[in-house]
Amino acid sequence: MREKRTSKPRRKSGRRHPLATVALIAIGLAVTGGAYAAINSSTATADTRPVASQSTIEQGEKLFQANCATCHGMGAAGTSAGPSLVGVGAASVDFQVGTGRMPLAQTGPQAEQKPVQFTDDQVKALADYVASLGPGPSIPADHLTNGGGNAANGAELFRINCAMCHNVAGAGGALTEGKFAPALTDVSGVHIYEAMVSGPQSMPVFNDLNISPEDKRDIITYLKYVQDNRSPGGFELGSLGPVAEGLFIWIFGLGSIVALTIWITAKSN
Amino acid sequence: MSTVTTQQPAKKGGFTAAASNYIDERTSISTAVKELGRKIFPDHWSFLLGEVALYSFVVILLTGSFLTFFFHAAMTPVVYDGSYVPLKGVEMSAAMNSTLNISFDIRGGLLMRQVHHWAALLFVASIGLHMLRIFFTGAFRKPRELNWVIGFVLFILAMGEGFTGYSLPDDLLSGNGLRIIDGMVKGIPLVGTWISFLLFGGEFPGEQIVGRLYTLHILLLPAIIVALIALHLLFIVIHKHTQFPGPGRTNGNAVGYPVLPVYAAKAGGFFFIVFGVITLIASLFTINPIWNYGPYDPSPVSAGTQPDWYIGFADGALRLIPPGLEFVWLDRTWSFNILIPLVALGLFIAVVMLYPFVEAWVTGDKREHHLLDRPRNAPTRTAIGAAGVTFYAGLWAAASSDIIATHFMLTMEGVIHTLQFVVIVGPFIAYFVTKRVCLALQKKDRELVLHGYESGRIVKLPGGEFIEVHEPLDEYERWRLVSFTDYKPLMIRPNANGKITVAQRVRASLSRWFFEDRIAPVTKTELEAAHGHGHHEVDMGEVEEITVGEMNVHRETVGR
Repeated sequence: MREKRTSKPRRKSGRRHPLATVALIAIGLAVTGGAYAAINSSTATADTRPVASQSTIEQGEKLFQANCATCHGMGAAGTSAGPSLVGVGAASVDFQVGTGRMPLAQTGPQAEQKPVQFTDDQVKALADYVASLGPGPSIPADHLTNGGGNAANGAELFRINCAMCHNVAGAGGALTEGKFAPALTDVSGVHIYEAMVSGPQSMPVFNDLNISPEDKRDIITYLKYVQDNRSPGGFELGSLGPVAEGLFIWIFGLGSIVALTIWITAKSN
Repeated sequence: MSTVTTQQPAKKGGFTAAASNYIDERTSISTAVKELGRKIFPDHWSFLLGEVALYSFVVILLTGSFLTFFFHAAMTPVVYDGSYVPLKGVEMSAAMNSTLNISFDIRGGLLMRQVHHWAALLFVASIGLHMLRIFFTGAFRKPRELNWVIGFVLFILAMGEGFTGYSLPDDLLSGNGLRIIDGMVKGIPLVGTWISFLLFGGEFPGEQIVGRLYTLHILLLPAIIVALIALHLLFIVIHKHTQFPGPGRTNGNAVGYPVLPVYAAKAGGFFFIVFGVITLIASLFTINPIWNYGPYDPSPVSAGTQPDWYIGFADGALRLIPPGLEFVWLDRTWSFNILIPLVALGLFIAVVMLYPFVEAWVTGDKREHHLLDRPRNAPTRTAIGAAGVTFYAGLWAAASSDIIATHFMLTMEGVIHTLQFVVIVGPFIAYFVTKRVCLALQKKDRELVLHGYESGRIVKLPGGEFIEVHEPLDEYERWRLVSFTDYKPLMIRPNANGKITVAQRVRASLSRWFFEDRIAPVTKTELEAAHGHGHHEVDMGEVEEITVGEMNVHRETVGR
């Protein structure tokens, strides 16, 4: 929900941006060179790059110094409290800040999601600034994240690569030492893609050789399918599997049955 | 049908009378109906739990028959081409394919699947609760020990039915469950690998297991269960139903409603209520969404992979066993991280099954018991039960350790270590706490009987003293509180040869453990003395001192 809200206005502001025409041409070029784009993802995801200008980078730098430099250091070179961000790319910043994980509220087993602290423009500016420090994965193009791929292929890839932590239905799961894989039930396609290329927290990086951009799109398609289509069997009980089912039958199933037995035997007295 | 027709009075004449006469002359069914129709069933809500299990089983049979029409128990690879989009074009076994077709392409199939699965969960859960009721009220005592064993075997078979059914769809979840079973079997020294290969027809997963489990699931296990249920019910008819102590209820009678017409009507109605509740749950709540899990593939495992609840305790045992217990000896791997849970669970199960015989031996009681114990009146048994429940609950909770960790924001290690403590130390704590609570409740009962209940009426005596008036209990209530069996520790006696055997010593020490701390029921003399004493004028504590000191000669100790 939160991600949807934040991602939509960003696209809107993108269209209204003074340099939107340039971006549009860039997208047009990227789509026309389809075959090339399919192989080289950096071109495919480069559509937002031209939007980055010196002014947004400067704005991002100011925001960075005010909000992030305490831990990540001036110039994002890293300190003992936080890693260097040179080369993490715009995708990582957009994910960490855009989902509210950064700036970190407190140290703990892992950065928790919280309300997003910046506007979409500010997130964009921060991403541009960090991207300007060194090359890294950029924010993915819309056609990779809008869920227009093959859900069956995505489901299979998701089961093989993701389900051991995130659960087959994306309900999330536990990791060691208090860490956990979050539920994917309300994460936007852009953020899912960015998480795969940047590997936040305990998550491994799934680079383009590992899972191709099209396969990533398929995975997002599957997750969107699960998000948009309620279970055909009724309420999902959190999609947690047999634990939730067992708890339900003991508390509500057997509970109501016991209440009924009491009712039946009480009537006769 | 015939029962109804034979019940019709013959005075109407005509077809009904003629038909019933025709049937009776050829089957002598009226004798059976007369006998059964007069069976008395005492009324208490907890006596219906076994019925819930029976009715869930009937629901399972009905829906299961429907499912067999469409389920294809084979592991032949096919490509899915049904309605569920995220699995279109995926290769899977025929079993998975047909289960998906039942779910999405056969009218009413998904509801039937869900009713079947929810009913299965309720079946085992109601058996569990039924067993707890039997245990804590002492209904397993002579002459019902064998019926306890039959019921226990039914419980194990129900778990077997559940597990084989869970494994049939050949989805990712069930395949992972089978892999764990395979691992446990292979963990058995020497024979493990052979058994595993025998079971799966070669290396896991093979192409045999679904067909084999299907035979077990729909033929062998249900046949044995039906036969044992019949035996179980036959024993209830032979033994007559137990009842709670109460006015007019003795060891020699059964107070309640006859089967015909009241009880049959109630029980028949209750069947439809249970069926209705299960159907309601099944129509509103998803169970085992195999379409999420996808076809079985040995490489992926989903987070939150658990067995159905009744196998949870075994899964939990595997999760709780500490690492590093595996070593190579005599050129073989000894997986004590598998063997210890297996043996511990085996022992636990054996103790549960044999408990009635153990208790009978310890008490040396050869009498028949048709009156139930209130749990507090058998403190040691209740405490043992509570310890067992704690042990089981700890293992059971451990099966969901990852879900507990994520949903309560805890570390998985913390959850595991806490549950290890619960499983090992928890039963002892539960034992002592429960025993003390039982004894305290018995003490309270004693005081109620001897001194009545606090009426809330404050009276000023001529001397200026204020007291609260205690009202005596009515006879019915008092009867409920005083009528229970009182056991004393057995004395060690030499046998015919003048020797005290080891068995005797063990028995005596066990008996001491059982009955050392006890509160004797109020005797008639005590009661008369208490009432003659003018108990409701004086403060409770003072009265207690006097009566206990004077009368309670054989009341040994209460521990404190």
